[in-house]
Amino acid sequence: MPEAIHLDDYRRVVPPQTIDLLRRLAGRVRGRSLLHVNSTRVGGGVAEMLSRYVPLFEELGVPVRWDVISGAEEFFRVTKSLHNALQGQEQAFTAEMLAAYLETNRENAARLHLDSDVVIIHDPQPAALIVFTRRPASAGTGREGGRWIWRCHIDASRPQRRAWAFLRQFVTRYDGAIFSLPEFAQQLPIPQYLIHPSIDPLSEKNRDLTAEEVAAALDRLGVPRDKPILLQVSRFDRFKDPVGVINAYRLVKKHDDCRLVLAGGPADDDPEGAQVLAEVMAAAQGDADIHILVLPPAAHYEVNALQRAASIIVQKSTREGFGLTVAEGMWKGKPVIGGHAGGITEQIIEGVTGYTVTSVEGCAYRVRYLLHNPALASQMGHHGREYVRERFLITRDLAEHLALMVTLLHA
Amino acid sequence: MSSEGAVQPFEFVACLELREMLGRVAWDERELLAGIEDAPADSLYYHTRSYFLRSRYLSALYPNDFATWAAIQVRDRVLGERLAVVDPFDFGDVELLRADLISVIDAHLGSRGTVPRVDTGEPFHFMRSTLIDVPATARATTLEEFRDGLARVDGSAIYYHFYEPARRRPEADPLRWLDALGRHDVADRVRALHPSMSSLDGMRAELLAICDQALGVHGA
Repeated sequence: MPEAIHLDDYRRVVPPQTIDLLRRLAGRVRGRSLLHVNSTRVGGGVAEMLSRYVPLFEELGVPVRWDVISGAEEFFRVTKSLHNALQGQEQAFTAEMLAAYLETNRENAARLHLDSDVVIIHDPQPAALIVFTRRPASAGTGREGGRWIWRCHIDASRPQRRAWAFLRQFVTRYDGAIFSLPEFAQQLPIPQYLIHPSIDPLSEKNRDLTAEEVAAALDRLGVPRDKPILLQVSRFDRFKDPVGVINAYRLVKKHDDCRLVLAGGPADDDPEGAQVLAEVMAAAQGDADIHILVLPPAAHYEVNALQRAASIIVQKSTREGFGLTVAEGMWKGKPVIGGHAGGITEQIIEGVTGYTVTSVEGCAYRVRYLLHNPALASQMGHHGREYVRERFLITRDLAEHLALMVTLLHA
Repeated sequence: MSSEGAVQPFEFVACLELREMLGRVAWDERELLAGIEDAPADSLYYHTRSYFLRSRYLSALYPNDFATWAAIQVRDRVLGERLAVVDPFDFGDVELLRADLISVIDAHLGSRGTVPRVDTGEPFHFMRSTLIDVPATARATTLEEFRDGLARVDGSAIYYHFYEPARRRPEADPLRWLDALGRHDVADRVRALHPSMSSLDGMRAELLAICDQALGVHGA
């Protein structure tokens, strides 16, 4: 069992005033309850983020719960289609599919205790809970019911209109919505807040590792360290373009020797993952320098070691909610080449912490350029780590959620 | 002459901002102009000042979002430069700032046959922010204590006290406090600083230098 992380532990990585500010801010909402609801406890960025938030909110004196909705396979097939449609893919929805979505939300609303002062519902899967919930009075707000916020983690900038129209009828019932980027905002009659997601520098995925720990992990994973490693960590999802990364690697490989590691695993709520993985395996066939690693959701230590062993981090997404693997890579002092999508453009300062690219060829060119300029790559890595320290750590994220609670509860 | 000790203590206040998207975008410079005409005051503050709070790392061309957007996304460097030189700290009233921004864009558009617009770049997203103030642990009853507070408070406190005269609490005005303390010399020198030309760290260094000199600290 890893040791519990406490707020004061973060003084090792952020200025001490940051922690003092968090505690004083939390004083304004101390004792006011907070509930998070999402669709999975393991796999994917949201579950990972919540597992870190919950104990820290508790330590700040904010009673917090994290509940997960349950549903049959059909429900998750529908929500995956909804997820893809909101990210712009054409998807077909039948009346039965939408009815199944609503029915599962109704069942979960009856099962869960949704009576906190602030309720944050994550992503489309549980968005309709609000329809089936009587909103009990929230102590001290002077208004009926707790304050409900819909937190959208996905790139909803160009949604399929039918899917968005379906979801919008629920979202408009909320007291506000949180999006990760301004371009994800919609025409809504409710406040739309901007909060970037974050990484936890003390988590197993981001904590410092010794060279021996890194070497041992790579040995176990069967990844030799005899040549530069290009790494993309993401679940096997078409929007992450893993086949595009393989194609870019092949262009690089014509000139420069290197290895490519694609590491990830399907989340519980992603039925499409196995199909994409099969396509990736087929694309990689016959090249011993391509390593496809299907890791369990809890392989944070292995991901950490891979990122530290890599020469260049790639995140060549074509659609992206935010793409926190970029911040993870930057935190390890690595230059990052990312797709020009979603939050990747927010994290990469062009030419300073890495590069954004829009094609296989662009990706290949930047990889080659960095392989040939290791001093520049190292400098970019340094800038990246400092930029993450300022903008993308969990302490900033916690502070903004507390600020939201202060605002919602007029505390 | 100093009357230190005879005035209310100065309480340092840190802050953070909760950012909100207004759901309005501009794809060309005329839409930017119209957006600035309609934007709430909090939006103008956000786009012309809070860069200093949210980005201590240089990540944009100018600290003025309107200028950066025109220069980078529209690729109209001339308008970007004309907007960048508008110093929000020159205006005591946000409506005067709004009028100046409008007049710069209007004059620029008047000199061109077409309205420059985003071609391959991103539209401008109008935002606003709410400042949430949080008491810092520092307070001062003397200039020495004021100097010590400046040295150790979070950077956001420097922002709150010196970059947000309109949105901070009235009692958080350091110039008023310095005047009440009888240190008009220090207040006048602080008044002469140009926040828009400094980062928060740079501003803190300038403030400390002024205090050190006033206190006769060796080497100041």
